[in-house]
Amino acid sequence: MTDQTTHAVAFTPEDLPTARSFFQPHRIVMMLVFAAFVVCVAVFMRWDWLPRYLPRLGWGILVSLVMLFSTAILGFLLAVPIGLAQVTGPWFFKLPAKVFCTVIRGTPLLLQLWLLYYGLGSLFPQFPAIRQSFLWPYLREAWPYGVAALTISFAAYEGEVMRGAFAGVPAGELEAAKAYGMSRWTMFRRIWLPRAIHRALPTLNGETVLQLKSTPLVATITVVDVYAVISKVRQETFLTYEPLLLLALIYMCLTGILVVAFRTFENRIPTRGA
Amino acid sequence: MASDSIVNWSLLALSAPGWGGVLLQGFVNSIQIAIGGFALGLTLGVGGAFGKLYGGPILRDLLECYTTVVRAVPELVLILLLYYAGTDLLNQLLALFSIGPVDISGLMAGIFVIGVVQGAYSTEVLRGAIKAVPAGQIEAARAYGMSPLKVLRRITLPAMLPYAIPGLSNLWLIATKDTALLAVVGFSELTLVTRQAAGTTKAYLLFFLAAGALYLALTLVSNIFIGMLERHARRGFAEQR
Repeated sequence: MTDQTTHAVAFTPEDLPTARSFFQPHRIVMMLVFAAFVVCVAVFMRWDWLPRYLPRLGWGILVSLVMLFSTAILGFLLAVPIGLAQVTGPWFFKLPAKVFCTVIRGTPLLLQLWLLYYGLGSLFPQFPAIRQSFLWPYLREAWPYGVAALTISFAAYEGEVMRGAFAGVPAGELEAAKAYGMSRWTMFRRIWLPRAIHRALPTLNGETVLQLKSTPLVATITVVDVYAVISKVRQETFLTYEPLLLLALIYMCLTGILVVAFRTFENRIPTRGA
Repeated sequence: MASDSIVNWSLLALSAPGWGGVLLQGFVNSIQIAIGGFALGLTLGVGGAFGKLYGGPILRDLLECYTTVVRAVPELVLILLLYYAGTDLLNQLLALFSIGPVDISGLMAGIFVIGVVQGAYSTEVLRGAIKAVPAGQIEAARAYGMSPLKVLRRITLPAMLPYAIPGLSNLWLIATKDTALLAVVGFSELTLVTRQAAGTTKAYLLFFLAAGALYLALTLVSNIFIGMLERHARRGFAEQR
């Protein structure tokens, strides 16, 4: 996915409003209308279930965030070799990396998740060796499959981004590093990787927001994240809109916090000009 | 089950005992929703992009809210909200005109839901593409006395196309994959049908891999057409890279 598309699909730091722009006359009126709407929602809809479920909701948000960060970090660690292999690798590295990216990016995440959970999950118990291994207690749970599917998906999308980022580092910088007598590894560690990450950072932010938007899928394989908690609320209280509106609000807040954090992080990296 | 060979291919047979026909029907449903949703999203996107660029301050802020919400909330949640809210609102509207409630077909609901989500994405893509058109071209068209609609039809839309096609083609691929999310609201598209087939026959890997191959084939075929379209739209541009 290109930069432009990630921006179009995920909320990114460029979209954050500035403090000053809030106080235009028409915006104040619109905010008043919105506040009235919020008050109506709070008064006329049923929220009496909220206190009962609050602890579970908090736990669910935590599970969602753990899912997000663990898979984003693991996925990124996988994405660096995948991107690098596509840029410099010999064909027997290049080809599998390319095929991996194409296949994962060409199929829906929900399908991959179900393939891992139902497919592999039904295959594993047939092998006594796996049943007796130390991994078995984990393989009987749902979350390892969720983590695996989300990690693979993030690695594929991010691998493509890192490929572009590695290829985009100016050749002169690498030649300069070589002229300084750096070994290949030092050059990679000091110049190539940091410059590539810097170039990929805006897209990386977008991809992380997209990853947050993918996490509720794990609820379909019985991982109890915030989405699953809300589904439970809907089943038990027979309410349709209230829990879903709250869920949308929770995700908007999470996205907002994530994006603000990214902007702070991005601003701390010194750049030329600006 | 598959005792004589490792893979029981007869499960994929097109006629009744096999599930191949059901799978293909689900695939057709998925493609229909993707096409419908993408087209609806494109329509919303053209309107949204022009509203954001040339609209008044209130329209612009409302559109900003729309795109922000869609880009910040998971598609799965939006699909559930729109699915219930959309059908509810329609039935209440019909009740207002004292027409009894109608059963909204899953296909229509699916297209509506995917379309609204895609609308926000394509608003952003098209807005970026329109901004990339040199301002002088649009000013020249205005100076010739063209009406806004004529400027849109003759200048802005054709001139922005090369800039928009990479983004829009990605959105098409996203649309095809987002149809899988409709499985969660119980619409029988490819992913849900696959799960039903797999659950019935217990051949999970076979069916999920088959469905994956279908999705992948759709993506690869789309990529070929996208490449052709892109070359066509970029003719006359200086070769990049």
